Amino acid sequence: MSSTKFILGCFEDPDLMMDGITKLQKNSIPIYDVYTPMPIHGIEAKLGVKESRLGYAAFCFGCLGATVVFSIVYYTLVHDWPMNIGGKPHFAMPDFVPFTFEWTILFTAFGMVATFFAATHLFPGRAPRVMDLRATDDRFVIAVDAKGNIPHDDITRLLEEAGAVEVKHNKRKYVSYDE
Amino acid sequence: MASHSESIIREPLITGKNITYAQITNEVLAPVENKPNMAWWIGFVLSVIGASIWLFSISWTFWYGIGEWGLNKTVGWAWDITGFVWWVGIGHAGTLISAVLLIFRQNWRNSINRSAEAMTIFAVICAATYIFGHMGRVWLAYWTLPLPNQFGSLWVNWNSALMMDVFAISTYFSVSLVFWYTGLLPDIASIRDRATGLRRRIYSIMSFGWTGSVKTWQRFETVSLILAGISTPLVLSVHTIVSFDFATSLEPGWHTTIFPPYFVAGAIFSGFAMVQTLLLIARKVLGLENYITMFHIESMNKIILLTGSVVGVAYITEFFIAWYSGVEYEQYAFINRSTGPYWWAYWSMMTCNVITPQLFWFKKIRINIPLSWILSIIVNIGMWFERFVIIVTSLHRDFLPSSWVMFYPTWTDVGIFVGSIGFFFVMFLLFLRVLPSVAMAEVKLLVKTSSEQAKKKLIDEGHLDPTHVDDYVKALEKYDSVDLTQYHKA
Repeated sequence: MSSTKFILGCFEDPDLMMDGITKLQKNSIPIYDVYTPMPIHGIEAKLGVKESRLGYAAFCFGCLGATVVFSIVYYTLVHDWPMNIGGKPHFAMPDFVPFTFEWTILFTAFGMVATFFAATHLFPGRAPRVMDLRATDDRFVIAVDAKGNIPHDDITRLLEEAGAVEVKHNKRKYVSYDE
Repeated sequence: MASHSESIIREPLITGKNITYAQITNEVLAPVENKPNMAWWIGFVLSVIGASIWLFSISWTFWYGIGEWGLNKTVGWAWDITGFVWWVGIGHAGTLISAVLLIFRQNWRNSINRSAEAMTIFAVICAATYIFGHMGRVWLAYWTLPLPNQFGSLWVNWNSALMMDVFAISTYFSVSLVFWYTGLLPDIASIRDRATGLRRRIYSIMSFGWTGSVKTWQRFETVSLILAGISTPLVLSVHTIVSFDFATSLEPGWHTTIFPPYFVAGAIFSGFAMVQTLLLIARKVLGLENYITMFHIESMNKIILLTGSVVGVAYITEFFIAWYSGVEYEQYAFINRSTGPYWWAYWSMMTCNVITPQLFWFKKIRINIPLSWILSIIVNIGMWFERFVIIVTSLHRDFLPSSWVMFYPTWTDVGIFVGSIGFFFVMFLLFLRVLPSVAMAEVKLLVKTSSEQAKKKLIDEGHLDPTHVDDYVKALEKYDSVDLTQYHKA
């Protein structure tokens, strides 16, 4: 029984890495995840990653922001203490527009980013689940779960054929940041 | 796919031979991972001196009150609001570069957006210091929030443009900060994975545990695009609302509907000038000539030329409308502006904002680095005068000739303004030391498409129209970072 937990194919070139994904998929080897130093266009479709729904969250937060601030302005200026300013109408909607607009943006931005951080488990102090330190620098890394995917040598060979500059057989899943 | 060949007739956005992804990381992180050089220290010490002047002057103001400023009964707003509008305007370019250019898919933004956004944030911080400063009793700043007044049930006046300002500036600052920091996460992770010991620990916390997995990048891109989409109207709204501070009053010289678009154009104008001032120095000192190329410099100069001309048209329109309105007070405000006791301020503004930027019609000047730098400083001076002219010349001669006065700044006014520039540079120089000044992940995207080496490869393959290649090589002549001999020997 091999002690390898994860097989990492490290590529220098994003196009070669895409070839590597194709090769693994042709051989029915499931890919655990891919780590890259920059966004790779078209990789989600290739890996069958569903489209992000953050846009819907953003829209809902925007609506919430607009409602909240409009209600505050309405309550204070029209309902609770109508101020007579030059005899003008209390419910002067054009004056509400800047506030409503600003808080629509504010809630959209903060709500969406908070949703993004929560969904992706990003927060200050989170231990980075990184498999290879160069994946944030100059390596495009395909990670394959070693468990059940045998023989390992075939996976190594496929990755090398695709142009991987290095194939790692890691005994632990993530890099330790405590050393 | 990650890469497709870009047309040869487009100029390259990254220059240099054999640029690798690792090289980009190394070059961008060099100032972060190494000890600062002499140039940085000189700049930093000067800035700290400036910031100390600011700290002293603002503390003096808070201790003795705004009576220490040169304000008087007639001129109730002067250098404080001038400084505020000036700084907010400067901030606008950062959002414009990061948001508007992203929506328009202008890839040249990739190497300048990070530092421009940082500039935005620091400029808005400087602007905010004026808001708090001009309140006098800063400990009562919470009165601007919609809280029931503790002396009754009166609420804030939502009809006031100043209240709109509170919402606009706070939203603008916090959304810009979120946009900037989210964009920084992948680059902070790059620093983290190269660092050791305590540095690794600190950057690990700051990186929020970024991994660069497929799903993370996908969400990241969605977030960036939506943030850009909402920041674009936001940035336009901010200076619109700043202009409301004046336009909703009944003051001759202020009460004009042209103010919102005119202020926004002026903001972009001054912001790009400040980006130019900072980056022309930074690219040299940090050795980023391959990433911030002559194409970037020329593009920014073109934007300065365009927005400067828009501002010029606005000045002339304002004058025309004052005459055309037939309102004698309005007419007097403008005649007094240009020929009254503040004529020198008006003509400094006209010269620096309208006349000298027209030099950018000449390509030789657009691609001349020392001249571009000097002109960018002139624009910044001109834009400061613009705000001074709008504010002080409109106020100093009001409806009652017996209350006509001049405004004379005190040392506190000068100290706060000069000091805020020092404060700004302290923040900017520290930023250059601790965070990557170029968005590495975004620049890496350009290596296989818009770089000089990718285009050189296409030329060497030799399937291109020779006239296109000739045009391309001719376009490269302006670059100070390109070695042309390799193109001519063939």
